[in-house]
Amino acid sequence: MTAAQPLVLGFETSCDETGVGLVRGQTLLSDALATSMEEHERFGGVVPEIASRAHLEAMVPTVHKALSDAGVGALDVDAVAVTAGPGLTGALLVGVAAAKAYALALDVPLYGVNHLAAHVAVDELEHGRLAEPSIAMLVSGGHSSLLLVPDLTQDVQELGRTIDDAAGEAFDKVARVLGLPFPGGPPIDRAAGEGDRDAIAFPRGLTGPGDAAYDFSFSGLKTAVARWVEARQRAGEPVPVADVAAAFQEAVVDVLTAKAVRACRDHGVDHLVIGGGVAANSRLRALAQERCDAAGIVLRVPSRRLCTDNGAMVAALGSRLVEAGVTPSEIDLGADSSLPIDVVSR
Amino acid sequence: MLVLALDTATPTLVAGVARWSPESVQLLAERALPSGNRHAELLTPAVREVLAEAGVRMRDLDAVVTGLGPGPFTGLRVGIVTAAALADARDLPVVGVCSLDAVGSGARSVVTDARRKEVHWAVYGPDGARLAGPGVDRPEDAPVTDPVLGDVRFAERLGRDVTAADVTTAGLLRAATPQLAGDVPRRPLEPLYLRRPDAVPPAARKAVSQP
Ligand SMILES: [Zn+2]
Repeated sequence: MTAAQPLVLGFETSCDETGVGLVRGQTLLSDALATSMEEHERFGGVVPEIASRAHLEAMVPTVHKALSDAGVGALDVDAVAVTAGPGLTGALLVGVAAAKAYALALDVPLYGVNHLAAHVAVDELEHGRLAEPSIAMLVSGGHSSLLLVPDLTQDVQELGRTIDDAAGEAFDKVARVLGLPFPGGPPIDRAAGEGDRDAIAFPRGLTGPGDAAYDFSFSGLKTAVARWVEARQRAGEPVPVADVAAAFQEAVVDVLTAKAVRACRDHGVDHLVIGGGVAANSRLRALAQERCDAAGIVLRVPSRRLCTDNGAMVAALGSRLVEAGVTPSEIDLGADSSLPIDVVSR
Repeated sequence: MLVLALDTATPTLVAGVARWSPESVQLLAERALPSGNRHAELLTPAVREVLAEAGVRMRDLDAVVTGLGPGPFTGLRVGIVTAAALADARDLPVVGVCSLDAVGSGARSVVTDARRKEVHWAVYGPDGARLAGPGVDRPEDAPVTDPVLGDVRFAERLGRDVTAADVTTAGLLRAATPQLAGDVPRRPLEPLYLRRPDAVPPAARKAVSQP
């Protein structure tokens, strides 16, 4: 770490997490987080207006926590980065407005960045410079994408995405069927640990010979699980929750890892990065490691804390953009709820 | 005292810089932009412009004032978080006021668009003190009295004449004066939503398969 490396303040408010992080160069200094998840639990999903209200309340205290954890002052900041999309418009706008105000008040450049590219960039804080090209797979409650990343600062290409539910959404919905709490990822992961993943053969979406090689579909799987459970319930039989969770989880991670490895092979790429909240799933991490080892692919997965949405990931990408000399955003930056992945910054 | 004031509670975004004292307000620069749903894009540029026009740097400011609504939620939050962040970055006091207080002066009622065919309203006495409101109601049910200032599109449903008037920098500063002067404690920077979020817990899950 040298003084020449820029101190970047990153803002993330695309969903329910208010994240503010500080990065110097590629060194993580702080990662302050406030979440409104508890307020959404009884609704079974994130309520945009509740998330937006929570972002406003949490914003300044979260900035203070990030600065104090990093032991720096606001006036030390060299650049500000913020998620400009994709995400929930009202939620994004709180972060964008705050970031623009800090940039203006501190008289430093502003970078509006793509949330998905930031999920890739965060891995550099733990594992060093990304190999370029890499394949990146981002799986969360809001997104499921397979990306080819020739240059993280300006060339990110989408190979495939979910055509219906996001992977994390499938976990949430199946958790509900099984009477497990929201969000569904952690309780299913835990329940699956006690179950037999081969107990039930659930369908693997979009894996037929004529199907899109890199797209995902989890809606049919979710319905198949619900039908299976309901049939047991109608027959008055107990539902083997651990087995259902394990078999469902296996169906998801089997498809995810198979397609990610195939994308690497097809494009002659030997590095795979996995990010997003579902990357915290223990079976996904284990199976991905197994398959990458067999295929001679280097697998990189950030620690669980950095897989989910946070401000440090935005700061990490901002830092790369500063270093690469990318033109900062204009002060009239807005939010784009469906910002395409090929727009890394705007 | 050099004060930056802003408001995004109505379709007209306001940003201004003024020299304030308990006795007088001297406006140095102001922008009032019809901005619809584009508050987020237009507010920071407007702030930068008024500062430049007034020849004032961020570091010269002594306080920030913002309207707290009521108003459409997304735009409202953009204004409040902008004020909070500008002030925080420069370690300045930030003062929030009811946005309706910043429309007109003296004895009047104020109505602004609350969407969903409703108005935000407040009623003021001869000394300018708010007597009732802020509230949100159908125009037919809003307990306003003449003269009415604000959004003229509601005149027919109010059954009264409405004189067009907007939030102004001078109005914001007037409303902020007791707090700026330290006569009353600064109120927390909480938006005047007046409505709960639209969200209902899901009903019992429906079976996907037919019995
Ligand atoms: Zn995410």
